[in-house]
Amino acid sequence: MSLRLYVPGDMCSVALGADEVCGALAIEAAKKSMSIEIVRNGSRGLFPIEPLVEIETAEGRIGYGPVFPEDVPALVAAGLFEGAPHAKRVGKPEELPFFKSQTRLTFARNGITDPQSFDDYVAHGGMKGLNRALELGPAAVVEEVLQSGLRGRGGAGFPTGIKWKTVAETKGEQKYIVCNADEGDSGTFADRMVMEGDPFMLIEGMAIAGVAVGATKGYVYIRSEYPFAVTAMERAIETARERGLLGRNIGGSAFSFDMDVRMGAGAYVCGEETSLLESLEGKRGLVRAKPPLPAHKGLFGRPTVINNVLSLAAIPYILAEGFAAYRDYGMGRSRGTMPIQLAGNIKNGGLYETPFGVTLGDIVNVIGGGAESGRPVRAVQVGGPLGAYFPPSLFDTPFDYEAFAARDGLIGHAGVVVFDDTADMLKQARFAMEFCAVESCGKCTPCRIGSIRGVETIDKIAAGEDREANLVLLEDLCHTMKLGSLCALGGFTPYPVMSALTHFPEDFGGPKARLEAAE
Amino acid sequence: MPDYIAWSPEQAVAVIAAEADKEGALMPILHALARTFGWIPDEAVPLIAGILNLSRADVHGVLTFYHDFRRSPPPRHVVKLCRAEACQARGGDALAAHAERTLGQKIDAHAHSAGGHENVSLEPVYCLGLCASGPNALVDGRPHARLTADRFDALMAETVR
Repeated sequence: MSLRLYVPGDMCSVALGADEVCGALAIEAAKKSMSIEIVRNGSRGLFPIEPLVEIETAEGRIGYGPVFPEDVPALVAAGLFEGAPHAKRVGKPEELPFFKSQTRLTFARNGITDPQSFDDYVAHGGMKGLNRALELGPAAVVEEVLQSGLRGRGGAGFPTGIKWKTVAETKGEQKYIVCNADEGDSGTFADRMVMEGDPFMLIEGMAIAGVAVGATKGYVYIRSEYPFAVTAMERAIETARERGLLGRNIGGSAFSFDMDVRMGAGAYVCGEETSLLESLEGKRGLVRAKPPLPAHKGLFGRPTVINNVLSLAAIPYILAEGFAAYRDYGMGRSRGTMPIQLAGNIKNGGLYETPFGVTLGDIVNVIGGGAESGRPVRAVQVGGPLGAYFPPSLFDTPFDYEAFAARDGLIGHAGVVVFDDTADMLKQARFAMEFCAVESCGKCTPCRIGSIRGVETIDKIAAGEDREANLVLLEDLCHTMKLGSLCALGGFTPYPVMSALTHFPEDFGGPKARLEAAE
Repeated sequence: MPDYIAWSPEQAVAVIAAEADKEGALMPILHALARTFGWIPDEAVPLIAGILNLSRADVHGVLTFYHDFRRSPPPRHVVKLCRAEACQARGGDALAAHAERTLGQKIDAHAHSAGGHENVSLEPVYCLGLCASGPNALVDGRPHARLTADRFDALMAETVR
C-alpha cells in the first residue's frame, strides 16, 4: 500500500511553492523506491505554515510546515515519511490552537478532503442537506433558511431567507440562482477557499436554493483573478452532473437544476449584485437602480436569487443539521458563524471561522498574534476597500453587523487587514479614493467625479495647501458620495476616508485624536 | 507565456460561433478570443456584433469596460503586481517601486491598450486573494507570494528575458 500525503493545491500554497514541493517529494520517494500518493487538498487556512505537507499515519495526519521545495530532501532524510520529529513538524494540524478554537461549520471539510472527490464529499457529510431539502419540499426549505437567521455574507447582511421567499413567491417561467464569487475585496479569500477546497458544498447550496425557489438554472460568477477557483468549479460541476447532484431529477427527485461558471474580467464593481447581473447578461458592468429588486427582475429580467459564496455555502449545513443548530451560534441579530479572514501584516494570517461576537481585539491580537513585523498594530481595515479603518482604541468592538455599523464601520465580507505603525493613514485614505476612481462604473457623478476630486483634495491637504478649508471640503465630499451614489462603491468609499481622518488626524496635519472612551 | 495564435478573422469567427448560443454570450466570447489570440483587435468588434446581432457600439462598450481585455498584441510576459491594501500592509509599495525601477517602467493598467511594451508589461492587479502572504504577483498567470526585492529579481531572471 502506498503512503498517502496531502499537499494543498490551493492558489496560495501553490504561490508559495506547493507544486514544486510535490515534485521534490516524488523524487525523494523514488530514490527510496517508495510508493506515495499525493492528494491535493484545499488549504486548512493557516498560511504561515503553508505549504503544509501532511503524512497519513496510524495516529492520524501529521503535518510539516512551512515546507519549501529546497527543504524536502533534508525533511525526507530526517524521516518525514514516517512522521518523525523535526523543527518543521507541527503535529496534528487540527490540534493547533488556531484550528482547535474555531467553530467550523462552513469550513468543516476544507483542507481535510480531496476537493474533487465526490465520494470524499459524501463520506464527510456532503449531500445530507440536499437530501433533507428534497424531503422537506420548497416552502419548508425557505422557512428553514429564514429561521436560521442567515444574513448575506457578501457584506450587506440582508436576510437570505427573505430574498429566497421573495423569489419563491414571484411568478416566472424561468428563475435563476446566481452566486456572487466576484470576491474583489482586498483581505478576503474565503470564497476562493470554498471554491478551491470544497466546491461540491457550493454546488449543493445552489441546488438547494434552486429547489427552494423553483429555479432550474444557476451561474457562479467568478473573478478572473481566481483562475484556480474557476478550474476547480468547472471540474466539480462536471462531476456533479455525472453523480446526479446537477441536471435533471437531482438526487432522484422531480427537481432539475444545472449551473455554469462565468468569469469576470477585472472589474471590481461587478461584485455589486446588479452590476454583476449586467455583466452576466453580456453588458458593461453598470450598476442598476433598485427597485426593481433582482428578486423580482434579476438576470435577463427574470426572478433571481443572487447570494454570496459564503451565504450559499452555509446552506448545506443549515439544511443538514436544522436551522436551530446554526441559529444558536452568534449574537444579537448576527446569527451563526462567520469565516473571518486575517490578512495583511498579521502573524497568524488565515481563515478563522467563529460565531459572531468575538471582539476585534481578540481577532487581531489573540488569534492573529498581532503584526507579523513585530511592531505595534496601528490600524485595522475591516470589510475590504470600502471598510473603515479601526484604531486599537476600538478593539472592543464585537464582530457583529450592528456593532460595527454603530461605530461607523462595516464587517463586509469579514476581511481584516492589519497595518503596523509604519502605515500612513493619509496615504490609505488617498488610495481609497484612487481605487474608487479606477473602479467606478461611471454611472453616477458622486462616485465617478467625486473620487477624482477626493484624490486631488487629499493631495492638497498633504501639501499643506489651505488645510482647514480642504478638510471641510473632503468631509463634505464624503457626505455627498455617501448619500448620492447609486451603489456601495461610491457610497462606502467615505468609510475608509472618514475613519482615517477621524481616528488618525495627525496624519492629515492635525493634532492627535483623543483616546476615545470604549463606549 | 501562453501559446497564442496569430490573429485571423476566420479563426475568430469560429471562436465566436462556438460560444454564441450561450445566454449572455458576449463575455464568454471575449474571454475565448483573449484565450486564443492573447488580444482582441478592433477588427473583432464588427464580427462579434454581426453574429450576436448587437450594435458595434454595444460590443465596443463592453470590450473597453473591462480591464482584462487587451486591444493590442500581448507582450511576451505579463507581471501583475497586487496593489491592494493587504499587500500594501506587507510592503507592497516598496516592492512596486523596486519592480518599476528594475523593469524600467511605471505600473500602468493602460499600458497594454497603448501597446507600450513588447517584452514585459508591469500591470496592477487589485487582490489575488492571497492576502496573508503578500506581496503577491501573477507572472504569466502563475501566482507568487511572499515576494521580496530579491525574490522578485530572481523570478524576473528566470522568466523574463
